[in-house]
Amino acid sequence: MLNTKTAHELIDLLNKGQITQNEILSDLKSQIKKTEPKIKAYAHAPNNSEPVNKDSFLKGIPIAIKDNICTKEALTTCSSHILDGFIPPYDATVIERLKEKGAVIFGKTNMDEFAFGSSCETSFYGPTRNPWDLKRVPGGSSGGSAAAVAADEAIWALGSDTGGSIRQPAALCGIVGLKPTYGRVSRYGLIAFASSLDQIGPITKDVYDAALLLNIIAGHDERDSTSVDIKADDYLSCLKKDVKGLKIALPKEYFIKGLDKDVEAAIKEAKNKLEKLGATFKEVSLPHTKYAVAVYYILATAEASSNLARFDGVQYGLRCTGAKDANPMITMYKQTRGKGFGSEAKRRIILGTYVLSSGYYDAYYLRALKVRSLIKKDFDDVFKEFDCVLTPTSPTAAFKIGERLDDPLSMYLSDIYTISANLAGIPAISLPCGLTKDKLPIGLQILSGPFKEENLFRAAYAFEQNTDWHKIKPDIKV
Amino acid sequence: MNITKDTVKYVANLARLELAEEELEKFSLQLNDILRYIEQLKEVDISKIPPTAHVLPIKNVTRKDKLRPSLKAEEVLKNSPQKQGKFFKVPKVIE
Repeated sequence: MLNTKTAHELIDLLNKGQITQNEILSDLKSQIKKTEPKIKAYAHAPNNSEPVNKDSFLKGIPIAIKDNICTKEALTTCSSHILDGFIPPYDATVIERLKEKGAVIFGKTNMDEFAFGSSCETSFYGPTRNPWDLKRVPGGSSGGSAAAVAADEAIWALGSDTGGSIRQPAALCGIVGLKPTYGRVSRYGLIAFASSLDQIGPITKDVYDAALLLNIIAGHDERDSTSVDIKADDYLSCLKKDVKGLKIALPKEYFIKGLDKDVEAAIKEAKNKLEKLGATFKEVSLPHTKYAVAVYYILATAEASSNLARFDGVQYGLRCTGAKDANPMITMYKQTRGKGFGSEAKRRIILGTYVLSSGYYDAYYLRALKVRSLIKKDFDDVFKEFDCVLTPTSPTAAFKIGERLDDPLSMYLSDIYTISANLAGIPAISLPCGLTKDKLPIGLQILSGPFKEENLFRAAYAFEQNTDWHKIKPDIKV
Repeated sequence: MNITKDTVKYVANLARLELAEEELEKFSLQLNDILRYIEQLKEVDISKIPPTAHVLPIKNVTRKDKLRPSLKAEEVLKNSPQKQGKFFKVPKVIE
């Protein structure tokens, strides 16, 4: 059962000549045959026949890719009807880097349409299900990537995170998800949602694989002017440093009403564990935390409404034209967008257009940009004294399919603990730290200062290596 | 603040989005909920706070202006819903 292994375990086995690439692929395919009809993690199923270089670093180890990252000659549709049939003529920079290292691109994973959601239910292709309980959501928007990895239908995966879209599904599926610092990984070839917030990052079975994958994708790229020209650390060597003396802050605003009791208990236990390992803790305040969701839903929708203007039926994807009328071009735009976008995408385009429209710009958009400065300053102040911040990733474990779909605000509040990291541009990791009474995974979130991924990896790896949560697999009811 | 069906209709037109009657109804209700939640930002004192459009300390990133290969026209046009020669074809804009 090689599909249950991590990438670094497979590299070892391949190096020792004990297994072959084909054995990995065939184990993955038989797992997919068994569990995929129930889980539906893939938007575009793996169809791999690419020859790979056996002498390369990754030796043809397959990787699943979120459906909003462009892969040359392979469907990339953001799980939206409006990108029907879109086959990018180029690879995203992260894909180029993976291929250079000898990875095989293994399917495109399901997601909330255009990454708009926290449950993977808004996909045009239908919802993905949580491998731990098929009646529940895997989280979102990178729910397909997280479910594929958790169900051993993928070795590892890439996701994207605008307000928690890597970390929250990783938490709900019991695996590891990392959002790097804004600017650390090139977004060239990532279909944009909110350009001041989006980052690509790893979704993996353990912390070691997250470091290994970040090593490959991090670094400056001339084609993304927001990618920063600062040399990336060797994240694998960060794992060797322990947590002795690491100063970790506990923000009191994250331990409030709405936080599930089992989740709270698991986070407290994680804190005790890290304390025993030599980290020191102190309670702090991030006073503007409660405004993060409101700020986010102004800025993210404003940026999305602008980014999604490019989907108009002219150059790619769906085109709908109606009866001949006075202005057939405008009619084509409206019909294509009206039929091509799902409900949540339309809601966000309307909200984003509204907050940017004349007369409301100052009251909403500009005000949100200013409160964003305060949220960022809260973190800047804490990181003057501390190396990390420790919080839950999500206030609850996985919720039921359909439970929050008709109440957008309650869905938006699922991201209450993850959004601030995007607004402040700082890195954050989620890793498994327990199970609820109902046997659903709980995620621990660790945040650090910008470009200080080293501190995340130190804390996360030490915790993981001294617990067994990452080794527990779901019992998939197929 | 109150978003009516007419406001949604007006904004949808700005965004070039055709909405059905029941969508106008549903969105106006939901957007009112969301905006009511967003109202809490009004209690924050922002009088001396500069805006943060993005978090990086960089601006005006430029590159050398030199020739380099780009995608071939036929590759770019491969995804087009309608094309003619080396062009995207769209409905008539002017008579």
